[in-house]
Amino acid sequence: MNINKTQPLEYSTEQGRLNILGFWIFIGAEVMLFATLFASYFTLFDRTGNGPSGSEIFEITPVLIETLLLLTSSFTIGLGVHAMRIGNKQAMMSFFIVTLVLGAAFLGVEIYEFVHYVNVGAGLQVSAFTSILLTTLGTHGLHVTFGLFWGIMILMQVKKRGLTPQTANKSFIFSLYWHFLDVVWIFIFSFVYLKGMM
Amino acid sequence: MEFFERFAVPHPSPAIYASMVAIALTSIAIVIGLTYFKKWGYLWREWLTTVDHKKIGIMYMISALLMLFRGGADVLMMRAQTAVPENTLLDAQHYNEIFTTHGVVMIIFMAMAFIIALMNFVIPLQIGARDVAFPRLNALSFWLYFMGAMLLNISFVIGGSPSSGWTSYFPLAGNELSQSVGTNYYMLSLQISGLGTLITGINFIVTILKMRAPGMTLMKMPMFSWAGLITNVIIVFAFPVLTVALAMGTMDRLFATNFFTTTNGGMDMLWANLFWVWGHPEVYILILPAFGIYSEIIPTFSRRNLYGYNTMVISMVVISLLSFLVWVHHFFTMGQGALVNSIFSITTMAIAVPTGIKIFNWLFTMWKGKIQFTVPMLYALGFIPIFTIGGVTGVMLGMASADYQYHNTMFLVAHFHLVIIPGVVFAMLAGLTYWWPKMFGFMLNERIGKWAFWFIAGGTCLAFFPMFISGLDGQARRMYTYSEATGFGIWNMLSFIGAIGLAIGFVLIVYNIYYSTRYASRNIGDDPWDARSLEWATHNPVPEYNFAITPQVNSRQAFWDAKKKGHKLFKGGYKEIHMPNNSGVPFIMAVFFFIFGFGFVFSMWITVIASLIGIIACLIHRSFEKDHGYHISAEELKKSEVELRGAK
Repeated sequence: MNINKTQPLEYSTEQGRLNILGFWIFIGAEVMLFATLFASYFTLFDRTGNGPSGSEIFEITPVLIETLLLLTSSFTIGLGVHAMRIGNKQAMMSFFIVTLVLGAAFLGVEIYEFVHYVNVGAGLQVSAFTSILLTTLGTHGLHVTFGLFWGIMILMQVKKRGLTPQTANKSFIFSLYWHFLDVVWIFIFSFVYLKGMM
Repeated sequence: MEFFERFAVPHPSPAIYASMVAIALTSIAIVIGLTYFKKWGYLWREWLTTVDHKKIGIMYMISALLMLFRGGADVLMMRAQTAVPENTLLDAQHYNEIFTTHGVVMIIFMAMAFIIALMNFVIPLQIGARDVAFPRLNALSFWLYFMGAMLLNISFVIGGSPSSGWTSYFPLAGNELSQSVGTNYYMLSLQISGLGTLITGINFIVTILKMRAPGMTLMKMPMFSWAGLITNVIIVFAFPVLTVALAMGTMDRLFATNFFTTTNGGMDMLWANLFWVWGHPEVYILILPAFGIYSEIIPTFSRRNLYGYNTMVISMVVISLLSFLVWVHHFFTMGQGALVNSIFSITTMAIAVPTGIKIFNWLFTMWKGKIQFTVPMLYALGFIPIFTIGGVTGVMLGMASADYQYHNTMFLVAHFHLVIIPGVVFAMLAGLTYWWPKMFGFMLNERIGKWAFWFIAGGTCLAFFPMFISGLDGQARRMYTYSEATGFGIWNMLSFIGAIGLAIGFVLIVYNIYYSTRYASRNIGDDPWDARSLEWATHNPVPEYNFAITPQVNSRQAFWDAKKKGHKLFKGGYKEIHMPNNSGVPFIMAVFFFIFGFGFVFSMWITVIASLIGIIACLIHRSFEKDHGYHISAEELKKSEVELRGAK
């Protein structure tokens, strides 16, 4: 195998470089996916039928907690990748674990939030607005859930196999995914919650 | 027994019973045949588990041809039903199902598969690569597509076909007006095969950007590879929109959400918008590779370099951008207001400019060329006038105010068939004939091929030109019958005769494949057409490693210049080649997807969860797998190359 020592570990093999570019393009597709959801959300935002509107159901506290948790997790995974670059496996794994714990906490608060919506009469089937709201949030939440399991798989491999070009490549790609989820959340926070509460 | 009642077809008819018998007999015949000839192991080792882009391309092609005949059988039934006024061959529901599946099968499972087949087979060879960037994902793409196609096809005999048109507009496609599970099939099968297409898109962008032979800059790339690059960019940006729309539609039908309903704030027009935001780029996903194929064939058989290479590239880029800005022209009549309609009218007509540039470039390529009238060239020559007629009538439809007259008539049907058939189908048949020797090592018979061409070209004109007249006269599309007083009878009869002509043409192609397989010479060399690009620089048929030595390119017509100017393509000696291992996981995973889709269609949640666990298990397996591939040593390469040269 051809290993280029001048590059970071995750970029050091040909296949590794291809994987990273491929994942960037996949993120491009994900951008379109969420863009479609946002466009639909803006279209259906005030079509509340007999159900509640956004300003009636949104609560700032859980949303702020979720935002803090997810933004912090994006920071810690950045530290994790930095630790990986300087070859510190233990620090890298610790930061990844912190990231996943924060992600799980985010998910917990989001589940609380969903239960709250259903309790105040804003379930999935109530109106076009609630349908698109819960679908947009749910799609993001599903991505986070998938990310949690994916992250655990990668941690197991790093623990067992150490920092090889392959595991480093996977960890780096996972960090791209995680940052992307954070970017989506910033849009959700701004255009779903803040805009909805005004 | 109650459990099985849900699988019954709501509107049974003799045709459906016949299909059930046919499907059962074919399946039994395949199983018996494979067992008798002891081919199960061969099938599994060489095809079901392959990650070789060439074999995947061939499997795409076979599936596309099968779907072509499935969609074609629909056509014959439709045209037979409308051939005479007040015909009772089919009832309304059955007719609805047939035009719906005709559209879905032809666009998604035939045309898409055919372009991906040729991209798979040709692009890695054209750019001098060993394989695609992610061979394993490529296999997954194919199997997802295949399982999606099978899922839609079983709808006819299990539970009922979709019947709300290939566009599946809500509220017609909602639960209230489409009560059978047919539309669920539509949603799920498109979702599964769409996932495969998206993966293909990512795979090919990376392949084309990163794996070109040394010296082949982007602007030295053959035109088909350029078309492939732009097509795949459109795929990556258009398909997620369909994913979301289908997910919403599925939720509306199965979980009673309110996206596209007419109550509780739902908005049916949102579906139409989302569908066409994907659907119009989809048209260009189909046509750009076709343009690429013509840009390969016309220079080869005119013995001239492609005229206006740069403008060809620029016009494709412009088309790809405009393709995202025209979707509203599919529903000018649905009340957007004059301003919106005008904007989309202008963007629509603007597409005619880059397309026109391409047409002129092809004409100028032929100008003063030594044209050889081979079968691929005949298709290219037939394409230009027929496609132009289809295109110009498209500009007519693009004028928003005039569109109120044409909307939803047979005029529209004539227009889009006259762009899609010469654009996509002719190109696929031309490409098939052109690259056939690369795939199988012998050529298709030219004489039978020419007969097939004339039947198909003549049949196309005869089938669709009369529709312009009956459409302007007011015949609405998708009507299962009409009265004698309308006077549409004669035009529809002509269309029926044209459809039969097309059918004869396709049967001739199948006969040609049979005939050539038996009788064609295997002694044709590596470059039977005296062609211009890299795929002809390797052997016929192509060895699994594509090129024994990576070619080095320094001009646009790399292979032509190597032949005529004595450029040396292959420098240096044999080096060890790294190859990916075969894997059965993509196939198994796609089978789980099929079960997942089937369970979803019938709301059988235990099945859905079980298959989901299967899918996740496949993902975990892939994540933990250590797959380093294998190597072909320099000695093995040398031995294989000596043998292949001897075969000539």
